[in-house]
Amino acid sequence: MTGGNVVVIGNGMVGQRFVDALRARDAQRRWRVTVLAEESRPAYDRVRLSAYFDGADEQDLNLHTPHDGVELRLGEPATVVDRSRQVVTTTRGAYPYDVLVFATGSYPFVPPVPGADLTGVFVYRTLDDLAAIRRYAEDRRTGAVIGGGLLGLEAANALRLLGLTTSVVEFAPRLMPVQVDTAGGAMLRRYVEDLDVTCHLGVATTALRPDTDGSVTALELADGAVLDTDLVVVAAGIRPRDDLARVAGLDVGPRGGVLVDTTCRSTDERIYAIGECAAVDGTCYGLVAPGYAMAEVVADRLVGGSATFPGADTATKLKLLGVDVASFGDAHGTEPGCLDVTWTDPAARVYAKLVLSDDASTLLGGVLVGDASAYPTLRASVGGPLPAAPLALLVGDDAVGATAGTLPATAQVCSCNAVTRADIDTAIADGCADVAALKACTRAGTSCGSCVPMLKQLLDAAGVVQSKALCEHFDVSRQELFDIVRVRGIRTFSRLIAEHGRGRGCDICKPVVASILASLGNGHILDGEQASLQDTNDHFLANLQRDGSYSVVPRIPGGEITPEKLIVIGEVARDFNLYTKITGGQRIDLFGARVDQLPQIWRRLVDAGFESGHAYGKALRTVKSCVGSTWCRYGVQDSVGLAVALELRYRGLRAPHKIKSAVSGCARECAEARSKDFGIIATETGWNLYLGGNGGFRPRHADLFATDLSTETLVTLIDRFLMYYVRTADRLQRTAAWIEAMDGGLDHLRAVIVDDSLGLCAELDDAMARHVVSYSDEWRDVLADADRLRRFTSFVNAPEIPDPSITFVTERGQPVPVGGHSSDTQGRQPVTLGLPEVRR
Amino acid sequence: MTAATALDWVTVCPFDRLDPDRGVAALVAGVQVAIFRTADGLYAIDNLDPVSGAYVLSRGIVGSRGEVPTVASPLHKQVYDLRTGDCLDLPGVCVARHQARCHNGMVEVRLRQEG
Ligand code: SRM
Ligand SMILES: Cc1cc2nc3c(=O)[nH]c(=O)nc-3n(C[C@H](O)[C@H](O)[C@H](O)COP(=O)(O)OP(=O)(O)OC[C@H]3O[C@@H](n4cnc5c(N)ncnc54)[C@H](O)[C@@H]3O)c2cc1C
Ligand code: SF4
Ligand code: FES
Repeated sequence: MTGGNVVVIGNGMVGQRFVDALRARDAQRRWRVTVLAEESRPAYDRVRLSAYFDGADEQDLNLHTPHDGVELRLGEPATVVDRSRQVVTTTRGAYPYDVLVFATGSYPFVPPVPGADLTGVFVYRTLDDLAAIRRYAEDRRTGAVIGGGLLGLEAANALRLLGLTTSVVEFAPRLMPVQVDTAGGAMLRRYVEDLDVTCHLGVATTALRPDTDGSVTALELADGAVLDTDLVVVAAGIRPRDDLARVAGLDVGPRGGVLVDTTCRSTDERIYAIGECAAVDGTCYGLVAPGYAMAEVVADRLVGGSATFPGADTATKLKLLGVDVASFGDAHGTEPGCLDVTWTDPAARVYAKLVLSDDASTLLGGVLVGDASAYPTLRASVGGPLPAAPLALLVGDDAVGATAGTLPATAQVCSCNAVTRADIDTAIADGCADVAALKACTRAGTSCGSCVPMLKQLLDAAGVVQSKALCEHFDVSRQELFDIVRVRGIRTFSRLIAEHGRGRGCDICKPVVASILASLGNGHILDGEQASLQDTNDHFLANLQRDGSYSVVPRIPGGEITPEKLIVIGEVARDFNLYTKITGGQRIDLFGARVDQLPQIWRRLVDAGFESGHAYGKALRTVKSCVGSTWCRYGVQDSVGLAVALELRYRGLRAPHKIKSAVSGCARECAEARSKDFGIIATETGWNLYLGGNGGFRPRHADLFATDLSTETLVTLIDRFLMYYVRTADRLQRTAAWIEAMDGGLDHLRAVIVDDSLGLCAELDDAMARHVVSYSDEWRDVLADADRLRRFTSFVNAPEIPDPSITFVTERGQPVPVGGHSSDTQGRQPVTLGLPEVRR
Repeated sequence: MTAATALDWVTVCPFDRLDPDRGVAALVAGVQVAIFRTADGLYAIDNLDPVSGAYVLSRGIVGSRGEVPTVASPLHKQVYDLRTGDCLDLPGVCVARHQARCHNGMVEVRLRQEG
């Protein structure tokens, strides 16, 4: 059968992957798909669920892409499967199927101990679970997790992040008993206890004790201990959700799960099961990668293919509570006669074990705790010879780099998406020249991301040079150029290009160097040679418009302005016939000024106390604010005061790209701080700092970086963040992309600017202090200097003649450029605003 | 009209009124001309950016591409050969070029009208 109705039960990770895979293969749309989802939101990334506590929201975790011919029915769980009529029923309707796919996942197992149903006891599986935990934790102090496996430790970290004093109770004698061995578990425990998470190992929970109001108040342990706690998360394992299938009379595996063969087909040939709810030849898999493989198998079968499930790699690599842990292959050495090679470094807190075949020729598996950098290479080598001497693999920083190129063609490079080295090499041969292209073409690297370093190495191994050259004039990146300029004390472009580049420069490198010189405090941006490097916007300290005129944006810090100043802006706009608009940045933009009018306009503005708003520069733009505690009945801090102070502190700072900020006076977030490069939200006791947000082409919410900061600490962190960005980002890379591209991401940033891991903080602090004291208004300086003013003429030989090409028509009572709505030379068509007329 | 007609040399301004590697606009017999001072000498082309229709080329960034001296339109960054007026990014697009020289410390321009 290759067409008809497919009904999918479950829109989790695997159900979604199945729909994507089927849509990709079924070009003729022979299958109509209905997805029945119990949860009220479309598929999201459960693997990254805990990121919710780091500030990720539903949208950040979203996995769902809409497809034509696919109907997604949210909040509508399947209740009955009628195999004889081939119909699935929900509370709202009945859905006939030709093929039915179970993708119902698992449910969290809650041991049947007394008190497990008390208020304050949670499981850890869905976004709703996490939201409920967060709400309940709000005014609680202690939390306990039952279960010390992967999930339990993630939950423990979540409770820590919520500010609870946390303990973990595990029945087995070590943490993560499934993945690591005794020595690895011991190393892990040291890390975990360092974070003030108490571990109770080798002991069962016998009961949960209620308070008088029926909420949980303590755990009773088998050794007689009693653990006071306000909140409990149960993470004691999962069980496949096979109840519907059982009722429908399908066979199940020995440990549950819909029994399927290697084509993922159940005992009813019209019914498949994939993901955690499936027992392939009797085995259930609790990881996403095998589930994805099953989804691909069924999609392939539905279009007439003959794929089978190849068995799965249950290797895992995680970062739990900041610790790298990896486990792969036969991690516990169950093969008869196998040999262990172990390495423990208590000082560096690293433990590693390799399991080798009895003749030491074949790698069977291993465990890594504390440093998992060798994981991608090792995992890919399981079943084959070791790519290097064991110790060299476990120690030594570039273990990975040295060996990625030596992997055999069949080695699986990306286990999440079952991509082999041969697949990668073929894609490279077909022209993929960077990681982004490899991701798009093979899907490798698109799930957990742990294979991305290997993709880079395979590109290197194939001889693909990944260029970092700025342009044809400089072979180095912006960051390297910055260091060259800084360290060698170079102050002119001509010296820089003579010593470190070639040719005469261009519209790419010149503004970059201009910005670097400005960031390092080399005087006014229009002085001497610097002027010739500037883009037209910086050259005229105004924004070029489509008709050759310019706009003027005075700074209005925090969006706060006096009536007198508003009146001046109105008068200037009127006297110079400027189009006037309130911007999205809480200030006012005056459009349609000719080059020769700019100094006259600014004379009036500067006299009234305005200064440049740097709307033209790759520099700080605005710090938006909400009205905050001064007026707002909800405000808990003075958001306007802080916004004004920050805008004045960072005004004029030149950067690789523009920088925006906002301050909200409470969690209602009226200033939209989380869409900014650095956003601040007031708390009862201080400020929360969010980093790396932006709007624009690829909107991104900023990540929570630090909480409840004093104003002083807040400012120090922002100082360092900005200066580190200025020094190390690429040309036109906003902070969001900069953090995303950073090795180690937010953790790395935290290490550098909070823990001073690179010993840079003092230098960054100094650099910002220099910026703050050396700031002076660019427009005021120009007005005071006849030399700089000279360039503001329309025609060098006829300064008294205004540019005749700039003419306006009137629209809604204001001047606008002639033909301003389209640019005919580029073939764009104007869109007429055909609004309906209302007649009475 | 196919032949280029050369008009008279017109004095524009003192040479030191021009900044190295930067342009200015001048009004020469009613035509807006962009004049550039570079290390290789003076160049003059129309100030009209043929792509956007705005008179802005004099405000672009001067540089080189390979051996070619260039200016980039400040609006949408197409790059032009200062010697020929040809656009290096869009085949078939070009701007009119004019002659420029320094004579007795003064910049002079002679318009060329190409048909
Ligand atoms: C005037 C304004 C629109 C308005 O009428 O409200 C505006 C106008 C321009 N924006 Fe904007 N943006 C304006 C707010 C925004 C906002 C909203 C905000 O700041 O709250 C955004 C999204 C937020 C963000 O930046 O993350 C925004 C995202 C952009 C982008 C995309 C940036 C990105 O990272 O993808 C560009 C392009 C760029 O900078 O490369 C851009 C570029 C521009 C430029 C400079 C385009 C240009 O090069 O000519 C526009 C010229 C302004 C002028 O001539 O004065 N504008 N622009 C707003 C000025 C705010 C201010 O007071 O400074
Ligand atoms: C916190 C956490 C961390 C994890 N970390 C990792 C990791 O690092 N690596 C890894 O490989 N795996 C990890 N996992 C496991 C991974 O998330 C799962 O293997 C994966 O989500 C399984 O996908 P699935 O589609 O089979 O099940 P699910 O994603 O659970 O989806 C099943 C969906 O079916 C719905 N459903 C159930 N019954 C019905 C019904 N009758 N009608 C309609 N809908 C129904 C459910 O509501 C659910 O939305 C983690 C899991 C959690 C909870
Ligand atoms: S963010 Fe809070 S303080 Fe600010 S205006 Fe909104 S509700 Fe009021
Ligand atoms: S191994 Fe997870 S994305 Fe490649």
